[in-house]
Amino acid sequence: MVNYQQRLDRTFMAVVDPTRRAILAQLERRDGASISELAKPFSIRLPAVMKHLDVLADAGLVTRSKSGRTVTVRLRPQPMREAMEWLRRYERFWSSSLDRLTAYAESKEAAARRKGR
Amino acid sequence: MTSLTLVRRIKARPQVVFDAVTTAEGIAQWWGPDAGPVLVAEVDPRVGGRYRVRFRMLDTTEHESSGEFLEIVRPERIVMTWRWKGGVEDPGESRVEMTLKAVPEGTELTFIHSQLHDEETCRSHEEGWTGSLDKLESHFAAVTVAC
Repeated sequence: MVNYQQRLDRTFMAVVDPTRRAILAQLERRDGASISELAKPFSIRLPAVMKHLDVLADAGLVTRSKSGRTVTVRLRPQPMREAMEWLRRYERFWSSSLDRLTAYAESKEAAARRKGR
Repeated sequence: MTSLTLVRRIKARPQVVFDAVTTAEGIAQWWGPDAGPVLVAEVDPRVGGRYRVRFRMLDTTEHESSGEFLEIVRPERIVMTWRWKGGVEDPGESRVEMTLKAVPEGTELTFIHSQLHDEETCRSHEEGWTGSLDKLESHFAAVTVAC
C-alpha cells in the first residue's frame, strides 16, 4: 500500500516535467485522446510520449484503455486534487496567519503613532 | 520542489512587522490559521537560535512547529527552517523566508514557504525540476514547483 506522502511525491514528480504537464493540459480540454493525438504537438517521438504516459499512469494521473488498435488516454484528476488540497492547507494556514499579522502590526503602528504625538 | 509565495502590504514600518514576527508577544497575536490561541511561543531570534510555536485551533486540535533561524537581518529579512512536530503527513523539513521591504505606505512583506517537498525526490529526478505548476491554472494559482 502506497502511503499519502509517497502518493504526493509521485504526483509532484509527474507534473514537474513540462511535457507531461502539457499532456495533462491537453487531456483536460477533451474527454480522452489517442496516443498519436497526444504526440502531435510535441517534437518528440512516440516512444518518448509513451514513457511520459507511463510516469503519468504510475502516478495515477491518467488511465489507458485499449479498444482494437487504439489506446485511449484519459485524465484521472484525483491525485492532482489530493496534491492541491495538501498545498491549499498550507496556503490557508499562512494566508490567515499573515492577515492577522497584518492587522496586529497595523494596530501596533497606530498605537506607536498615537503615543508619539 | 514545491513552494508557496504570498505578498502582503502592511501599513506599519518594517521594524514593527519584524518585531511582530520575532517576539513571543508578537507571535502569540497572529500565528495560526484561525482565532484559536497560541499556547507556546518561544523564540530566540539570532542565527542558529531556535523557535517553537504551539497553537490550538477552534476545532480543538493542537499543532506545533519548530525550527532554526538561518538568517536574521533586522528589519529586513528572516529565514528559518520549519518542521511540524509529529507530522505524519509532512515529515520533512521545509524553509520559511520573509522579506520586508520599506514602501511609502509601510511594508511590503514577501513570504515564501519552500522546500515543501522531499529533497531526495528532487535530486534523484533526472530531468530536473525546472517547470512551474502554474501552467495548470485551472488547478492552482499561487504555487510553483521548481528546484
